[in-house]
Amino acid sequence: MFGRIRSLIIKEMLALWRDPKSRFVMIVPPLIQLAVFSYACTYDVKQASLALLNQDGGLAARELVARVAGAPAFADLVMVATEEQLRDAIDSRRAMAGLRIPQDFSRKVEQGAGASVQVILDGRRSNSAQIVSGYLQTIIADHNAELAPATRVPTLVARSWFNPNLESIWVVVPGLVGVLTQVVALVVTALSVARERELGTFEQLLVTPLRPWEILVGKTMPALLIGLVESSLIIAVAGWWFQVPLTASLVLVYAAVVAFVASVIGVGLFISALCGTQQQAILGAFFFLVPTMILSGFATPVENMPDWLQVVTLANPVRHFLHLIWGLFLKGIGPAQAWDSIWPMLVIAAVTLTGSAFAFRRRLY
Amino acid sequence: MPAAVTLTGVGKSFGRTPAIRQLSARIESGRVTGLVGADGAGKTTLMRLMAGLMKPDQGDIRIHGSIGTMPQRFGLYEDLTVAENMRLYAELRELPAADQPATFARLLGFAGLDGFQSRLAGKLSGGMKQKLGLACALLATPDVLLLDEPSVGVDPVSRRQLWAMVGDLAAQGVAVVWSTAYLDEAERCDHVLLMDKGQLLHEGPPDQLTARVAGRCFVAKGGDRRKLQALAAASPHVRDALIQGASVRLVLEAGSPPPPLPDCTLEPVAPRFEDAFVTLLDDSGPIPALPPRPSPPAHADGIAVRADDLVRRFGDFVAVDHVSFDVKQGEIFGLLGPNGAGKSTTFRMLCGLLPASGGKALVGGLDLAKAAAMGRQRLGYMSQKFSLYPELSVRQNLTFFAGIYGLSGNAKRQAIATMERVFALEPMAGSDAGTLPLGFKQRLALACAIMHAPDTLFLDEPTSGVDPLVRREFWSHINAMAAQGVSVLVTTHFLDEAEYCDRIGIVYAGKLIAIGTPDQIKARVRSAANPDPTLEDAFVALVEEANR
Repeated sequence: MFGRIRSLIIKEMLALWRDPKSRFVMIVPPLIQLAVFSYACTYDVKQASLALLNQDGGLAARELVARVAGAPAFADLVMVATEEQLRDAIDSRRAMAGLRIPQDFSRKVEQGAGASVQVILDGRRSNSAQIVSGYLQTIIADHNAELAPATRVPTLVARSWFNPNLESIWVVVPGLVGVLTQVVALVVTALSVARERELGTFEQLLVTPLRPWEILVGKTMPALLIGLVESSLIIAVAGWWFQVPLTASLVLVYAAVVAFVASVIGVGLFISALCGTQQQAILGAFFFLVPTMILSGFATPVENMPDWLQVVTLANPVRHFLHLIWGLFLKGIGPAQAWDSIWPMLVIAAVTLTGSAFAFRRRLY
Repeated sequence: MPAAVTLTGVGKSFGRTPAIRQLSARIESGRVTGLVGADGAGKTTLMRLMAGLMKPDQGDIRIHGSIGTMPQRFGLYEDLTVAENMRLYAELRELPAADQPATFARLLGFAGLDGFQSRLAGKLSGGMKQKLGLACALLATPDVLLLDEPSVGVDPVSRRQLWAMVGDLAAQGVAVVWSTAYLDEAERCDHVLLMDKGQLLHEGPPDQLTARVAGRCFVAKGGDRRKLQALAAASPHVRDALIQGASVRLVLEAGSPPPPLPDCTLEPVAPRFEDAFVTLLDDSGPIPALPPRPSPPAHADGIAVRADDLVRRFGDFVAVDHVSFDVKQGEIFGLLGPNGAGKSTTFRMLCGLLPASGGKALVGGLDLAKAAAMGRQRLGYMSQKFSLYPELSVRQNLTFFAGIYGLSGNAKRQAIATMERVFALEPMAGSDAGTLPLGFKQRLALACAIMHAPDTLFLDEPTSGVDPLVRREFWSHINAMAAQGVSVLVTTHFLDEAEYCDRIGIVYAGKLIAIGTPDQIKARVRSAANPDPTLEDAFVALVEEANR
C-alpha cells in the first residue's frame, strides 16, 4: 500500500516538474506577484494631490497653507485661483481632494468666532478620500491646538497596537502568504485530476488496485509540499526583506499553513474531480478564487460585511487563514487562540477531501 | 494521362528527423492514387506539402490546377450543424450565394446526408463526419483532391460508400490522393505510392507489387492454428505467418520450398497487397518472447469474463442494449463494430469504470464496480486512447505502473527490464513517452498493461494506427499469453484482425448482432454468388440485415 502511494507521489512530482510550463507557472508568477503586490498594495496614501483655493489673504490662512504644504502626505499641491479651477482639478483627477479657505477665515479666527474651511473629496476614490480627509483633519486639529493652546480641552493621543506606525506592508505581505499560496495550490490540484481525465490516464488509474483514498493521498502530498515551499518563501521574504516582525512561534505558523493548504487542496481536488476537462477546472478554480479573495478580509474588513455574508465567509479558508496569520505575525498569539482559526480550516479540508474521494469514482461518464 | 501533381526530389525534416527523403513521383488525373504506409511513414507530411501548408526543404512540388483537401481530423466545426458547416465552407471558398442551395442539395445527396442538415456535426458518427468533410472539400470541384486517412474511424459500410463517392470523382477526371494505413484499401487504388520511413518503397499499380509474391502465398489448414502459426513463423523458409480464421496464411521466402508442417494441408492462394508489403519491410528477425508466467487459477465454470444481459442508458439513448457473452479462460474474444456501436461502453462496464444500467458484468466472478480494489490486481487494461503520462519518460512510466501494481525491489527491476527488452524500448528508455512514434507508444501501453502478469486482459483497439509488423508483434504476444491461460477481450475495427480471435461478437447500434468463430460468422453470408466471403462481406451483410 505504501509502495503504491509512494509511486503515485513520485509520479505526480515528476509530472509537475518535467513539464517546463507547469514548472514555470509554479515558480515565476508567484515571485513576480509577491514583488509587485508587496509594493503596490499599500493602504497608505503617499504623494496625494491636493488642490488648494485660498480666497483669504490673512495671516491665519497663510499659516494653514504653510502647514498643509509642509505635510509629507501632500507632495503634490495644486494652487488654484477660482472655484471653477478647483472643480476642474477634481473632475480631471488632477487632485484627489480640494481645500477651500473662505474669504473671512482670518477675520473669524481673529475674532475667535469659529472659522471654517471646506474640504472637497473625490468620492470616486472613497478609500483614499477618507484617508486624505483624516490627514487634513489632523493638520487642522494641530493648527487649532497651536492657535488656542490655553483652552482646556482634552487632546486625543492615538497609539496603534501591534503596528505602531500603521505600516500597511506589515499587513499586506503576511496576507500574501495566504493569497498567493492559495492560487498555486488551487491551480495545481484543480488541474491535476482534470488533466488526467483529458489524457485518459485517470481511467487507467481506476482499473489498477489503487483505492480512491490512495489516489487522494497521492494527489494531496505533492500539492502540500508545493504549498509549503511557496509559503515558506513568502514568509522568508516578509521577515528578511520587508522586516515584518514574526512574533509567534514558527511551529504555529507552519501548523496554520498546513491546515490552510490542506483545505485549499481539498477544494481544488473537489473541483477537479467534478470537471471533465482542464478548461472547466480552471474556470471552476476562478469561480472559487475571486469570491474567496474578496470575502477574505484582505482588502476590506469582514466586519463591514452584512451579517449573513459574514456567516458565509466562515466557509472561506482564506478568511480564517488571514485572521490567523496576521495574529501570528503581529500579535504573537498562542496555540489556544490559533486553534480557534485552525480547526475551521481542518473541517473544510476534511469535508472537501472526503467529497473528492467520492467524486473520483462517481463522476466518470 | 495528364499529371496533376509532380514531385521532384522532395525532402522535409523536422529538426534533425527527416520526414520525407528525396521523394519523386507523379500523380495523375482521373484516378485514385493511394498514399500507403504505416503510421509515421510520412504520409501526412507529404499531404501537407502538397496542400501548400508547408514548404519542402529540398525539391519541387508542382500542382496543375486547384486543390481541395480534407484534413485528417475532419476539419469540421463540431458545434455547427451540417448545413452551417457547408455554408461556412461555401463562404470560405467564395461560392456565389445563388449557387449554394443547388450545390448543397447535390453534395448532401451525394454524401447521403439528406435529412441530417440540422444535426450538429459533433453528433454525427465517424463515417458521416468523413462524408460531410468530403462534401465540404468538394464545394469548389477541385482538380486535385487530397484525402488524409479518410477511412480512420469509419465503419465498413460507410467506408464502401466513401470509396464509391471517390470512384465517381475520379471518373469525372479529378486526381484523388487517398492516404491510408489500411493495406486492403491499397488494393482498391488505381495507383499506389508505398511509403516507409519517409521514402518511396514502390510506385505503380498495386497488382504490380502483389505480383512479386505470386506463387509464394499458401494457406495451411489442420491442427491447432496457434501452434501451427508459431511453428511456421519459426521456419527459415517462411517470411510471414498469419492466423486467418481456422487456418494460417503463409508467405514464403523467395525461392523457398514449402516448409515441412506436420498434419496439415497447404493450399496455394492469390497474393494480397499486405503479403507483398510485409516482404518489402525490414525483417527485424524473430519477435522476442515474453517470459513464461504461472497459469492463472482456474475458475470452476471456466468463464473468465461474463456479460449477462448488460444494458447501459445515457438518458433516452441506449448505448448497450441487452448484450450477453462469455469469454472462456484462455480464449481471445474480439468485439467488432463501428465507432459508437457500444463496444467501448461494454468494455468500460466490464472493467468497473462505468456502472451498468441493467444486467451483470463479471470478471473472474467479480463485479469490478463493487468489488474490493484488489480484484483489479488480476486485470490488465489498455485503453483505446494512448493513456500514459506523456511528460514522464518511458522508464518512469514503467516504474510507476510497476509500483501501483505492488511490484517492488528485484521483481520490479526485473519486470521493467523484461518489458524494455521484449518491446524494444531500451534505446528510448529516457525519452518522454509523449514524444515516441505511435507504434512505440502502443508498445509501451501494452507493456504497462501486462507487466504485472494479469489473468485477464482488456485491450481496446490495441493496434489502431500501427504498422503491419507491429501488429504481428502484438498478436504474437497476445497469442502467447492466451496459450498460457490468459483470457483476452479485445476490440478492433481491423476486420482482418478479428480473424486472429477465437470467437468474435459483432456489435451494432448497441446490440450484439452475431457471435461465433470467425469462420462461423463468414459462413452465415456464404452464397452461390459469394462462395468465399471475407469477414468484411459478412460484417456489411449482417449490418444491413440488422438495419432492415
